[in-house]
Amino acid sequence: MQHETLFDSSEIVLSMGPQHPSTHGVLQVKLKLDGEKVIDAECVIGFLHRGVEKLSEHQTYGQFLPTLDRMDYIASVSNCLGFAEAIEKMLGVVAPPRAQYVRVILTELNRITSHLLWLGTHALDIGAMTVFLYCFREREEILKIFENYCGARLTTHVFRIGGLEYEIYDGFEDEVRAFLNDFPSKVDEYEQLLTENRIWIGRTRGVGVLTKEEAIDMGVTGPCLRASGVSWDIRKSNPYAAYADFDFDIPVGEYGDTYDRYLVRIEEMRQSTRIVSQAVEKIPDGPIKAKVGKILRPVVGDVYHSIEAPKGELGYYVVADGSTQPYRVRVRPPSFVNLQSLRQMVKGHMVADVVAVIGTLDIVLGEIDR
Amino acid sequence: MDFFIEFILVPTIKIGIVFGVLSLAVAYLTLLERKVIAFMQVRLGPMRVGPYGLLQPIADGLKLMLKEDIVPAGADRLIFTMAPIITLIPAFIVFAVIPFGDSIELFGYEIDLFITDLNIGVLYVLSVSSIGILGVILGGWASNSKYPLLGALRSAAQMVSYEVALGFSIIGVLMLSGSLSLVDIVESQRSSSFWYVFLQPVGFILFFICGVAETNRAPFDLPEAETELVAGFHTEYSGFRFSLFFLAEYASMIVVSCMAVTLFLGGWLRPFPNVEFLGFLDLVPSVVWFGIKVVGFLYFYLWFRATWPRYRYDQLMSLGWRYLLPISIANVLVTAILVLVLGG
Repeated sequence: MQHETLFDSSEIVLSMGPQHPSTHGVLQVKLKLDGEKVIDAECVIGFLHRGVEKLSEHQTYGQFLPTLDRMDYIASVSNCLGFAEAIEKMLGVVAPPRAQYVRVILTELNRITSHLLWLGTHALDIGAMTVFLYCFREREEILKIFENYCGARLTTHVFRIGGLEYEIYDGFEDEVRAFLNDFPSKVDEYEQLLTENRIWIGRTRGVGVLTKEEAIDMGVTGPCLRASGVSWDIRKSNPYAAYADFDFDIPVGEYGDTYDRYLVRIEEMRQSTRIVSQAVEKIPDGPIKAKVGKILRPVVGDVYHSIEAPKGELGYYVVADGSTQPYRVRVRPPSFVNLQSLRQMVKGHMVADVVAVIGTLDIVLGEIDR
Repeated sequence: MDFFIEFILVPTIKIGIVFGVLSLAVAYLTLLERKVIAFMQVRLGPMRVGPYGLLQPIADGLKLMLKEDIVPAGADRLIFTMAPIITLIPAFIVFAVIPFGDSIELFGYEIDLFITDLNIGVLYVLSVSSIGILGVILGGWASNSKYPLLGALRSAAQMVSYEVALGFSIIGVLMLSGSLSLVDIVESQRSSSFWYVFLQPVGFILFFICGVAETNRAPFDLPEAETELVAGFHTEYSGFRFSLFFLAEYASMIVVSCMAVTLFLGGWLRPFPNVEFLGFLDLVPSVVWFGIKVVGFLYFYLWFRATWPRYRYDQLMSLGWRYLLPISIANVLVTAILVLVLGG
């Protein structure tokens, strides 16, 4: 985009970010405005680049796992699961059923925290500030469970290649059950504040519409794709961990606008609750970690493994050269791919909608820049 | 001597009291807001400065005054400096005509609890309070920055849209009372034995909505929409100048509340002013009734802020022009016809 500021032009270029309260981190969006109307938008990314992919080449497979927590720091459990499973695929190791179940429980709880954080910040961006604090109240309960399990709240590093490092603690199931009992009524509470609120509907209906075809063309995945009417969820279409054992529905939207994405994510929280409540009742006995050697040395080759992270398809392409360190790791981060639809979604809308659309995409800059 | 007391001493004391109480009320309104919203959001709000955070507004004020006073490079220095003052002064001088209570006997003198009783009080309030928004526009423009400019444009549009409907929403009351003096309006609510909110419910609701929009408060806080325009028109303001804008905003909230109470909720009158057996309610001083009503009204402001998302610019315009303005004109017509038919 060119910065032409002619005196007789009514267009201004507004740089939103990287220090802006609602670009969710260090995203910069350059907006070309005609009054308040957005003519064009351009995303500038890379302010949080830490070279995560490159770092992998100097660490062993096991050592690399905690680094991955720093990508999508809102959903570190999912990041960990994807990579651990990719390496397991390479090694030909299968995590024992007990580990698989605990993995599902933790990952789904993490999905709930991620969606809660999204809901809170999205609502805050549109001006509904109370939802934000309600969401954090419930998020705190899940973070406490994480903390009890592994000592960390955000960058958890819960999984290891071949299973989990630690056995679940006494009372884990009870704490999860207590949360599951409470949570559905809390989701009702959020919905009470937003779902039928005229202002909320006015601000989200018809804003940032993404049609089915556009979404598929741009490689959008996750709730954003499902809200556009495509029933695609890797947990169903290509089940990993123990997802094949559980009943759950995939919520699908109709119009592909911001309101649909809101409804889809709200429903996903309910479905995650359903999955966890099934899993926590029948955690199988047995070892929590498969027998893998101390030194992992996959044979020469490559593997692509993807999981359904809270934000969409999180894929890992790992190339092994027979040593203890990966030759190359390539991450397919859902936020990065989803973000490219921003321009399409905000064109012709108002400045206020840009904020709503950034919120609805549910991006995490740690994952986009890596 | 009587002249001195009546025209110099008493008004000066009254102005001093109103100014002092108002400044304090504005400061503590910010605390009230933080506390009320905190309780709605399962938090405690400020708790550190003083018991239950009661000294927080004073600490905030001190902090703002001690901060560095920054004028951005390229800003229009004169207008940049004047803008907060232009906003603040009207918000305070409006209180000259607001009647806070019935007249009382003090040291053998009869003292009215208002600074002055203009016979065009309503007009005065409307015109003076709309000057304040000029400061917002000028401040946004003089900052020489894009976010404040957008905020200023928004507030200009908002002012034009809502001032009209606000004016029309009051006309019903004026027709019923037959006076523009705020004191007369309150007195006529006593004689008609109803608060005008019962005779003018539509007018009251319209006044309320427009009042919220006029003061740039949620859900109409577009000119300073923090998640879109960073801080809107006062993005570039810091320290004391910022605090002037801040004070003006809260003072004008109080103005709107006082106006709503005076015009629609019987001003300083107790509930059911003509019902004899509720006479014991007169034991509560009229100023206290006024205060209770104003605080109750202000509570709605805070409640809105905690509950509702923000309107979008175009939605705000369409609400103002497409709904509020026609309804307010219809309200005026219906009231006029009823007054004519029922004989006032």
